[in-house]
Amino acid sequence: MKLSARGGADDRSLAQETSTLSFLIRRLLLSLVTLGVLSILVFAGGQLLPGDVGRSILGPLADERAVAALNHQLGTDRSLTVQYLDWISHFVRGDMSTSYAFRSPVAPFVGAALANSLKLAAVAFVIVVPLGIAGGVLAAMKRGTATDRIITITGLSATVIPEFVSGIILILLFGIGLRLFPMTATAPPGSGVLTGIYYLLLPSFPLVFLLFGYIARMARAGTIEALDSDYTRTAVLKGLPWRLVIWRHVLRNALLPTITVVASQAGYMIGGLVVIETLFRYQGIGSLIYTAARGHDFPMLEAGVLVVGLVYVAVTLAADLAYTALNPRLRGALR
Amino acid sequence: MSAPAVPDALRIENLDVMYRVRGQERSVLRNLNLRIGAGETYGLVGESGCGKSTAALAVMRYLPRNGRIGGGHVLIDGEDLYGLSQTGLRQLRQTRLSMVYQDPGRALNPAITVGAQLAEVFTVAGAYSADADKRAVAMLRHVRITDPERVMGRYPHQLSGGMLQRTVIAMALAVDRKLIILDEPTTGLDATVEAEVLDLIDTLRREHGTAILFIGHNLAVIARMCERVGVLYGGLLVEEAPTRELFAAPRHPYTVGLLRCLPRLGLDRKLRRLDTIPGFPPSGAVELQGCIFANRCGLVRDRCRTEPPALSALGGGRSSRCFFHEEAGDLPRVTPPDPVEHVPPGEEHPLLVVESLGKTFGSGSHSVHALRDISFTIARGETVGLVGESGSGKSTLARILLGLERADPGSRIAFEANRRGGTQARHAIQMVFQNPDSALNRSHRVGRILRRALVRLGGLRGEILRGRLLALSRGVQLADSYLQAKPRQLSGGLKQRVAIARAFAGAPQLVVCDEPTSALDVSVQAAILNLLGDLQAAERVSYLFISHDLSVIRYVADRIAVLYLGRLLEIGPAESVFQGPHHPYTEALLSATPAPDGTLRRVKLSGAPPSAMSPPKGCVFHTRCPRHIGPICDTEEPALSERGGGHGIRCHLGSDDLGRAQVDQSSAA
Repeated sequence: MKLSARGGADDRSLAQETSTLSFLIRRLLLSLVTLGVLSILVFAGGQLLPGDVGRSILGPLADERAVAALNHQLGTDRSLTVQYLDWISHFVRGDMSTSYAFRSPVAPFVGAALANSLKLAAVAFVIVVPLGIAGGVLAAMKRGTATDRIITITGLSATVIPEFVSGIILILLFGIGLRLFPMTATAPPGSGVLTGIYYLLLPSFPLVFLLFGYIARMARAGTIEALDSDYTRTAVLKGLPWRLVIWRHVLRNALLPTITVVASQAGYMIGGLVVIETLFRYQGIGSLIYTAARGHDFPMLEAGVLVVGLVYVAVTLAADLAYTALNPRLRGALR
Repeated sequence: MSAPAVPDALRIENLDVMYRVRGQERSVLRNLNLRIGAGETYGLVGESGCGKSTAALAVMRYLPRNGRIGGGHVLIDGEDLYGLSQTGLRQLRQTRLSMVYQDPGRALNPAITVGAQLAEVFTVAGAYSADADKRAVAMLRHVRITDPERVMGRYPHQLSGGMLQRTVIAMALAVDRKLIILDEPTTGLDATVEAEVLDLIDTLRREHGTAILFIGHNLAVIARMCERVGVLYGGLLVEEAPTRELFAAPRHPYTVGLLRCLPRLGLDRKLRRLDTIPGFPPSGAVELQGCIFANRCGLVRDRCRTEPPALSALGGGRSSRCFFHEEAGDLPRVTPPDPVEHVPPGEEHPLLVVESLGKTFGSGSHSVHALRDISFTIARGETVGLVGESGSGKSTLARILLGLERADPGSRIAFEANRRGGTQARHAIQMVFQNPDSALNRSHRVGRILRRALVRLGGLRGEILRGRLLALSRGVQLADSYLQAKPRQLSGGLKQRVAIARAFAGAPQLVVCDEPTSALDVSVQAAILNLLGDLQAAERVSYLFISHDLSVIRYVADRIAVLYLGRLLEIGPAESVFQGPHHPYTEALLSATPAPDGTLRRVKLSGAPPSAMSPPKGCVFHTRCPRHIGPICDTEEPALSERGGGHGIRCHLGSDDLGRAQVDQSSAA
């Protein structure tokens, strides 16, 4: 008899697990659809908007036959559907076609730029995530005090400073004034990992400013909710020391929503670094896209944008997985 | 002065507690004095806002951030709680003081396994972790959880409400405490589960000799569990007495009023309206001029308004905060006792006929039969009470009748009003929900909510609309000024009146009431039940009244239907269902309802209801049935067979072998 009672609970969690799994699968399929749509948009943007590709490369004075020849050589005289299918089928196999500007395959350029951007984002994240979480949790625990207000207001005001403003101020202050940091993000060739990180510190600060407020606010809200919860009351009334209450009972629940925010910001950061990368003369994916756009290098532009999209989707998916793995209500689906 | 050998488990002396709300201090507890001896059970009752939960939190030294102690002492096991250091306080909580909470689902950490949370209680008291695990398993077994090793590894969301509350109780009892506070520990649990949890608390308390402070609004539960009772009103203890004496002859008008609000055995809405307590409880912001209950008291004299009465001892362990406590029993009725004359339920064609109604969710191997083979009728002006535990299909049935859900093909639902066309039929069936908060649009004023209902459901315009609006709101005894208010400015009872008015806007013929009073205090419940009765008499409307409170059902219903795992196990006239013969499940439900005199024999059910996803074969109730007769129950589903007078029971047993109400039950009224 009791067996059937427990069976009830099992059925319920089983149903929940299947639905979580199907949610993740749906999520994955949706990401693929998103990428597909993005690729079409990117392709349309790259191939259609400029009109005649050969003409836009050779200029208005070029000979009609030369333009036609170039179009034939590039394959841009074929139907758009054929062109798209040709492009995308190569793309998924890692062949990102050939750069107009460099007359060589796009992939190595995009790969190197992406790696650089990831390095910069990683440095910024390693600084801002622990800082933001610690700040938010501290603010929540000292709710209503001066500490809370200072953290909250600092975070808010830092968030609203655009990165080109904070970047320039930082360069003026630390690069030119105090000479503490180099003014460029690119370390000299042949320097070690530490030097590389040292060069990336100053450029990462504007990003830290930008994100600290977000992360701290999420962490603060989550922590306050957990502190006010009934299960925290249970833990305190058990006679647990405060330290254990916070570590074991509060933080685990408080920081779950923060993970999602952090991840969505990560996706944004990979593609949104154009200003920083330009300001600090850094060969990242942002500046690659910018340069390609200015130079009418459509294959490079398309590849760059699509790779950013890919990273964004991947990071968001990873965040969903992390959330699922950390939330016991959903965890069963991953086993 | 010699100290007693065994100190009191709890001693509260002159305790004042206040909350700071929008910059203003509000008194929540005033000069509270209370004593619970070692091993004693003490019940604290009162309606919402009277300060009983605050008392619990003050005794745990866990007041909300805006609360503070204005004066007085709390002594636990002889130690001054508010004089303790943080370390001393922790030690007290680890070893001598504990609490069981109202909502076990929220009291446990969702991210940590149940076992780890329970084991913590031992490790914090100094046990090694392997040892703590072993003791946690033993403790789970102690609170009658089978296969505790498996439950240890479960997360809270994987366990049922009853299991969760047992786990919390295990946590509270893990170390032999001097005092355990139980704050409405069974609110929200099904009747049979509630009875089981109360049994468990009672047994364990005797074994461990723990003193208990039991906080609740359900007077019957308090009566069953406690030796002494204190009644709180507006933060003041107004009466205190041994349980039996308090319930037999209350000595404060408030207590008298509270007890009169209860729908008791032998009361029937057609014969007698319930009494209520007029007015509203005090808010705590005002300074006390005279007696705190003076504004609502039927016995009030001039002296009561100028001079606050003290809590005076009456002898025999009784005390009352009333100058005229000897007259308390003569408190005049507030509401006229005679109901508006009811036209008896019609003999003509029934309003609603439901035949072999079924509802299947999902398909193929995943299908769940939420309802199967349900047949019943509702006559005009009749109230059918629907009883069942969570997961029995009550809400699904309501949703189908309202047209929110489609019944399986082959079901027949014939509604008399159907002849007037589809939308008309939907207007003719309305619903009153359990929680008026979520049923009313928060951003609209009451007047707009009702006007909209009148326009949409009644098709009214202009002058007629205005007139009807006033008639409607006055019909539910809602003062005209409330039409300008937004729902959040109203109390729970007033909100429910608005919800009822909304349902009646289109002159409905059937109103589905889904636990309309279970979130309300007893005095408000009484007023709402009276209102529903009056409206029925005036408009000849029919009710399908869903509730888990059998005394409420008995008061309001002409006929009762009992639902279990989507099957109708019993249906019949209210009196026959209560008197018996009744289905073994009904028998268990009836016995699970605590009665103040405590003479009823408990029929215990084992385990929680099986999952609706895999209902038992044969009779759906056979896995828990105390009258199980043999293999036939496991293999063959009995038919709903007629037992005379329109009383049907789905059981293999003959009427003579089924349970009946005991004779002394009728004398209890």
